[in-house]
Amino acid sequence: MTDLERHAYDVLVIGAGGSGLRAAIEAREAGLRVAIVCKSLFGKAHTVMAEGGIAASMGNSNPHDNWQVHFGDTMRGGKFLNNPRMAELHAKEAPRRVWELETYGALFDRTPEGKISQRNFGGHEYARLAHVGDRTGLELIRTLQQKIVSLQQEDEREFGDAEARLKVFMELTITELMHDGGAPDGPVSGAFGYWRESGRFVLFDAPAVVLATGGIGKSFKVTSNSWEYTGDGHALALRAGAKLINMEFVQFHPTGMVWPPSVKGILVTESVRGDGGVLRNSEGKRFMFEYVPEVFRGQYATTEEEADGWYEDPEHNKRPPELLPRDEVARAINSEVKEGRGSEHGGVFLDVSTRLPADEIKRRLPSMHHQFLELADVDITAQPMEVGPTCHYVMGGIEVDPDTGASSVPGLFAVGEVTGGMHGSNRLGGNSLGDLLVFGQRTGAGAAAYAAAASKDRPTVIDASIDAVTATAEEPFQREGGESPYTLHQELQQVMNDLVGIIRREPEMQEALDKLADIRERAAHLSVEGRRQFNPGWHLALDLRNMLQVSECVARSALERQESRGGHTREDFPGMDAKWRSVNLACHLDPATGMVQLTRQQVPTIRDDLMHLFERSELEKYFTTEELADFQDVRQGEDDQS
Amino acid sequence: MTYDGHFRVWRGDDGGELVDYTVEVNEGEVVLDIIHRLQATQTPDLAVRWNCKAGKCGSCSAEINGHPRLMCMTRMSIFEEADTITVTPMRTFPVIRDLVTDVSYNYEKARQIPAFEPPADLEPGEYRMAQVDVGRSQEFRKCIECFLCQDVCHVIRDHEDNKAAYAGPRFFIRAAELAMHPLDARNDRATFARDQQGVGLCNITKCCTEVCPENITITDNAIIPMKERVVDRHYDPLVWLGNKIRRREH
Ligand SMILES: Cc1cc2nc3c(=O)[nH]c(=O)nc-3n(C[C@H](O)[C@H](O)[C@H](O)COP(=O)(O)OP(=O)(O)OC[C@H]3O[C@@H](n4cnc5c(N)ncnc54)[C@H](O)[C@@H]3O)c2cc1C
Ligand code: SF4
Ligand code: SF4
Ligand code: FES
Repeated sequence: MTDLERHAYDVLVIGAGGSGLRAAIEAREAGLRVAIVCKSLFGKAHTVMAEGGIAASMGNSNPHDNWQVHFGDTMRGGKFLNNPRMAELHAKEAPRRVWELETYGALFDRTPEGKISQRNFGGHEYARLAHVGDRTGLELIRTLQQKIVSLQQEDEREFGDAEARLKVFMELTITELMHDGGAPDGPVSGAFGYWRESGRFVLFDAPAVVLATGGIGKSFKVTSNSWEYTGDGHALALRAGAKLINMEFVQFHPTGMVWPPSVKGILVTESVRGDGGVLRNSEGKRFMFEYVPEVFRGQYATTEEEADGWYEDPEHNKRPPELLPRDEVARAINSEVKEGRGSEHGGVFLDVSTRLPADEIKRRLPSMHHQFLELADVDITAQPMEVGPTCHYVMGGIEVDPDTGASSVPGLFAVGEVTGGMHGSNRLGGNSLGDLLVFGQRTGAGAAAYAAAASKDRPTVIDASIDAVTATAEEPFQREGGESPYTLHQELQQVMNDLVGIIRREPEMQEALDKLADIRERAAHLSVEGRRQFNPGWHLALDLRNMLQVSECVARSALERQESRGGHTREDFPGMDAKWRSVNLACHLDPATGMVQLTRQQVPTIRDDLMHLFERSELEKYFTTEELADFQDVRQGEDDQS
Repeated sequence: MTYDGHFRVWRGDDGGELVDYTVEVNEGEVVLDIIHRLQATQTPDLAVRWNCKAGKCGSCSAEINGHPRLMCMTRMSIFEEADTITVTPMRTFPVIRDLVTDVSYNYEKARQIPAFEPPADLEPGEYRMAQVDVGRSQEFRKCIECFLCQDVCHVIRDHEDNKAAYAGPRFFIRAAELAMHPLDARNDRATFARDQQGVGLCNITKCCTEVCPENITITDNAIIPMKERVVDRHYDPLVWLGNKIRRREH
């Protein structure tokens, strides 16, 4: 066997974004030995890019806010396909998790009374997002990073070794999960990977493994996501025998940069609209008024006067349609451009310059100001931005138990963007960062409890499994004359972008599946030059396998769902169909063939007390008559505190 | 607006060399785009760090024509088409390969600073701070840990042996951030900066401030106040410890 570095821990957390770090803190505080592994340097995970804020109904900006309202908004945003227990836990626990960050040293922007300031965001009834300018993710990750350092300092004092119970392995990629005794359907027993720097192989023995690997955006050409987003966790879970749900739901953020080409896709935060920015087409028209869908009629302003009044006086005015959930705004922009009312570079105009004084823009949106000035020569305090949809977030992911983060595979846990269910068919802005914290804490506790129970009889990794995964990792070097991974990756991105993108049609998705099969075949023969030491070509070759598996899940699920809902829009089935509301599409790998299989399962039922947070008239827009047969409006009392 | 650009890129480790390349350059591109094009077309094993491509993560630090910069925020339009653009790894840190350096020094220094100490008398949710008071520390919390300031600081750039005793500008602002945090329960941040971080070795050249891509006024707003605090225990604390002290009086 190749020379192999080996480590044993109680809990192995794969991913150092907000969710992985929060889970690791929890498991370490439970007294266990924890390892964190990440592909980039510590502190550079995707979470660092989050801009707008963390949704939590602290009620600092509007005392009417509470968890029930937040729960309702989350369900509406996800078009009632959400796992209701996840949405409930998230809405209830997010405030606690945000306040806890202050005890770690976080410094959020403040209200005049000195509380945490909260900003408006699409789909949220009240100003709800705790934020730091437009760099909230940086604050979140730095705070958690510094908390981890403080735990290491405790260990330094207690054991003379800062890494006694919590160690970060950075620039290390996990390529496969291991099973107890090599049994493919048994509990997990660890993970295998390589140091990016040296190419040296590493094995982690651990009874509990937490996947916190983030999303899949790098399978699409136009995306706000970084190279890390190759769907590794999704694919690792699939190969380990877990299920992925809701993979057809991919969020296209309405506002990505469109010009110059090299920055196409980079995010323009929703805060621009939350703080007053408006969308106009090439005719100068604020077109969003035309696109308020039936289910949201009555909740959004119908005139510019009313919409503008809302920023100052939300009690007496309805919210501007620019703040509809992201799927609605992205489709609207797509239509405007398609009908010839787009900007020069194929976007629309987002203007905040005529809405706020220059100083205020620089204070509230400093990194947007900087980003446009530096990369596009646009001064957003004086000029409109050109924006268009960009692939941003995947709602689908590993199916987990809401309370503990456990997947269906014993010992395997998941948290953050890599999980499915919480956001249903469409995620509201700010609900991801909340998700990371709430379920990070829960999953850390869940994995710790599992690992503690497993400590007497630890699962094992057998040599045959190590040999097999080592061989797979080395394969690309064994071949000569094959295609380059870069070429195949570009093709994959083009296929997903053009054929399984924001608007979908049956024949195109069929074509996509054929093309994916073709790329998969060619990828099996690709070759890589050089050695294992810091070799990006090799890294991409290994990531490509994950991207292909995950892309197939997206395409198959999208083809199957014959309706439009949230992040899934079918031109051939444009309406939302109540019969589909209760259907989750689940992907797993057929153990015999290794191919992606699709099954249908029931969306978990919404508890009665949660159902009664809505009026029948609203539920009728989403549910079938049979589902509502026993439902009657009850008058909600004033005391809806919990 | 496409042309062939001339690049010289560092290849190999500390004993490596500059290699010449001719690469296509398109309108609106940044240096990182060119490095990526090199990877995709000529040098598939060229090692480089990056993540966000939008100046937010601080991964893509390098020296471009000798200046410490983020590759993703360096527009090609600032150069002439005929220029040869030299891209080298950060000089202050050991080179691992090509443009990738070993920045573990910074993580070690980060671990030496005592963490934020929460106030004993406040529960989560009870923290109250005024925007003007958090604003000072927030400036330092904009830091994306690109370590360009560390790279440019001559105290360690030119004197390897200073590294043990010197934390560098990135960590002086961390100390200042905690010192100015309205609710941090410790009051030995400045003494720590002097005794443990070696702030005394800094001779205020301001090079760090000049290269900071986040425009953090490292020298004036963090280092100088920390030095003054060390020199003169009576440095007017209300100016920068304002709320911390006021809160205790109530
Ligand atoms: C530009 C942008 C702005 C956003 N703004 C907001 C916002 O304002 N509010 C909000 O709520 N959400 C926002 N989001 C979404 C949110 O930031 C992400 O969904 C969230 O940060 C994901 O966190 P995570 O913990 O799941 O994963 P990440 O932070 O992405 O971390 C994933 C980690 O897994 C590691 N990893 C992956 N694969 C492997 C492997 N094979 N081996 C080892 N390690 C691996 C990575 O290295 C990384 O450390 C934004 C997203 C983007 C792109
Ligand atoms: S001002 Fe001080 S810390 Fe900054 S570069 Fe000069 S010597 Fe280094
Ligand atoms: S202070 Fe500025 S230059 Fe130094 S690491 Fe932070 S962002 Fe980079
Ligand atoms: S890639 Fe993130 S700062 Fe350059």
